[in-house]
Amino acid sequence: MSSRERILARVRRALVDVPADEPWTRVPAETVANGPGTGPALEVLEDRLRDYRALVRRAPASRLAAEVAAALERRGASRVVVPADIPSRWLDDTRARTLRDSRERPVSLEDLDGVDGVVTGCAVAVAETGTLVLDGGPGQGRRALTLVPDYHLCVVRADQVVDGVPQAVRLLDPSRPLTWISGPSATSDIELNRVEGVHGPRTLEVLLVEAGV
Amino acid sequence: MSSATFLGMPPFPKAAGKAVGDARLRHNLRRATHTIRDKRAAAVGELGEDWLRLRAEGAAIKEHTLRHLDRYLEQLEDSVRRAGGRVHWAADAAEANEIVTDLVRATGETDVVKVKSMATQEIELNGALAEAGITAYETDLAELIVQLGQDLPSHILVPAVHLGRAQIREIFLEQMAEWGVPAPSGLTDDPRALAEAARVHLRERFLRTRTAISGANFAVADTGTLVVLESEGNGRMCLTLPQTLISVVGIEKVVPTWTDLEVFLQLLPRSSTGERMNPYTSTWTGVTPGDGPQEFHLVLLDNGRTDVLADTVGRQALRCIRCSACLNVCPVYERTGGHAYGSVYPGPIGAILTPQLRGMASAVEEALPYASSLCGACYEVCPVAIDIPEVLVHLRERVADSPGHPGEKALMAGAEAVLSSPRALDAVQRAAGLGRGAVPRRLPGPAGAWTDTRDLPEIPAKSFRQWWDESGRGRS
Repeated sequence: MSSRERILARVRRALVDVPADEPWTRVPAETVANGPGTGPALEVLEDRLRDYRALVRRAPASRLAAEVAAALERRGASRVVVPADIPSRWLDDTRARTLRDSRERPVSLEDLDGVDGVVTGCAVAVAETGTLVLDGGPGQGRRALTLVPDYHLCVVRADQVVDGVPQAVRLLDPSRPLTWISGPSATSDIELNRVEGVHGPRTLEVLLVEAGV
Repeated sequence: MSSATFLGMPPFPKAAGKAVGDARLRHNLRRATHTIRDKRAAAVGELGEDWLRLRAEGAAIKEHTLRHLDRYLEQLEDSVRRAGGRVHWAADAAEANEIVTDLVRATGETDVVKVKSMATQEIELNGALAEAGITAYETDLAELIVQLGQDLPSHILVPAVHLGRAQIREIFLEQMAEWGVPAPSGLTDDPRALAEAARVHLRERFLRTRTAISGANFAVADTGTLVVLESEGNGRMCLTLPQTLISVVGIEKVVPTWTDLEVFLQLLPRSSTGERMNPYTSTWTGVTPGDGPQEFHLVLLDNGRTDVLADTVGRQALRCIRCSACLNVCPVYERTGGHAYGSVYPGPIGAILTPQLRGMASAVEEALPYASSLCGACYEVCPVAIDIPEVLVHLRERVADSPGHPGEKALMAGAEAVLSSPRALDAVQRAAGLGRGAVPRRLPGPAGAWTDTRDLPEIPAKSFRQWWDESGRGRS
C-alpha cells in the first residue's frame, strides 16, 4: 500500500464518527455596500499605509506622470526597472533610465539587484488593512521585480480600492501568483518589536490616483 | 554545523524549574509577551463584534474540513497536479525527510534556502539534509538567530523570543562569518542594525540558491493554491527566485475553497503579530511559466496527525493556524519559556498537540497536559476557538488511565473509599483529630517537595459532624 493510500485510510478510520451526509453551509462574509473606489475607502487606505510607514501621495490622473517623475527624483533613482507592459504615459516625465522586464525577456537578478527602484501598478488595494495586491497582470510584472530592488513605487487607481479583505479575495484570480503587500518589509523578531526593512523593499511609496479630479 | 534537537530533553517540571531560575530569560519573555499581547488586543479590538463572528466562522470552516479531510486532501492533490505541481505523501517524519532529500538531490544542488516552517522543524529536516551533505540555510531572522546560535526554537512565531538584542548581537558577531557574509565589525544591538546585518548576510544567498524549501499556512483544495504569510520578504525570496520549490505541509492545513481565505487572512495577522495585515502574503498555484519556480513539489505530511484526528475531543487541536496568541497570554509560558515544553510546539497549544502527535511515548509527553493552570486565557484568544483547557483535562484523564503512578492511584482509590462512606470518613476524622499533635508540619522524604511551598492544613480537634452530634444540634 502506498503512503497515500495508507494516510487516506487512516483519515477515514479516524472519522468513523462523522456522518457521511453531514450538512455544511458556509455563511458568506457580509458584503459591504460600497463598491470599489467609492465611500471612505481612499482615506482609510491612506491612513493605514501611513501607519505602516509607507510614503503616500494623492494625485489627479492628469498629474500622474509628473508625480512619478517627482517621486523618482526625490528618491534619487536614476535607473529603475518597470514591467514592459506598464502604461507608457506614466513614465512620460521622468528622466530616470528604465529597464523593461517581461516573462519572455527577463532582466537578470544581478541587474534587478543593481537598479535604484521599481515602478508598478497593482490589481486591487484593500483599504481596511492598507494592502496592495499584485497579480502579475498589466503593469505589475514578475514577482521578483517588486522584491529585489530596495524602493517600490506603486500606482493605485481609486477604482482599484476595496473596503476589506473579503472583497479583495472575491475579485482576485487564485490561478495567478499573488503578492499581498502591506507596507515595507518588516520584522518583529527582535523582542517582538516591529522594525521596518529586512529583505524586501525597505521603502514603499504609493501614488493614489483619483480619476477625473 | 550541527543542528540542535529536542530529543532527550527532561520532562516539563524539571525543565521548567531550571527555566524559572533564569532571570535574563524571564526578563526577555516578560517584555516580549507583554508587548505582543497589547498589540494583539488592539488589533482584535478594532474589529469589535466582527471578531467574534470571524472566530466562529474560522472554527467552523476548520472543523468541517477536518471532519471531511479525506475528500479535501484528494481534491487538493488533484488541483495541485492540474496546476503543474507534483504531490507526495509522507506517513511520518522519516518518509518526509527521505522524499525531500531525494528531491533536492535530483536538482544536483547542495545548498537550499528555507522559509520558516513548523512542519520541517517538527520532522527535523535540516538534520536529515545535513546527513545527506545538503546545507539548509534558514532565512527568517529569528530562525537564522537560532541556527547560528545552534539553539532551539522557543516560540511558534518568533523562535528566538528567549533572546534579547544584546545576545543576538553576540551570536551574529561570532557566527555569521562561519555561514557566509560576516557581520560588520561595528555592529550595535539596535534592532535596525541587526536586521540590516541579516539583510546583507543573506542577500547573495537568495540571489544564488536554486532550490527552496517552505511550509504553508494554508492549502486551498478547490484551486490548489498555497499560501505563506510573512513579514521580512525572506519568504518571497525563497518562493520566487529559485528554480525548484518544495513545500512540506501538514495534512491539517487544507481549507476547502479560495473564498475561505477571506476569514483566515483576517484572523491570522491580527492574532499573530497583532497587525491588521502582515507585510507580505504570497499565494501560488502550481507553476507560472516565466515567473517564479518552474518546478513545484507539495509534500503532504501525516506524522501523527491522523492519530489526533481519531480522538473526538483532541481533534480540535488540528484547527490550529499557528498564530501563537495562546503562548503570548499564557502565565505558564511567560515564566518558563518554550524550551521547557520539549517540542517545537511550545505553550498551551504544544501541551495538547505534542502528546497527541507523538502519543504518550515518554515522561515528556505525559507531563505536558499538566503544564497549565487551566486558567483558560488560551481559549479566549484562540482565533479558531480551540478549547485548550478541555483537551488538557481530557489528556490528563488519558495519562491517569495509563499504567504507572501506583502511589497516586492507591491514594486516590483510598480517598474514594473514605469519601463515599460516612462511617469511614467519621472514623478517619476522629483518628486524625486524636493524632493531630503527631502530624509533622513538613512531610518527610520526597513528599517534602510538596510541603516546602505549601502549609499543611490545620487539623481541628473535632470534625464538624462530631461537634454537631455532641452539641445535640442534630436533635430537635
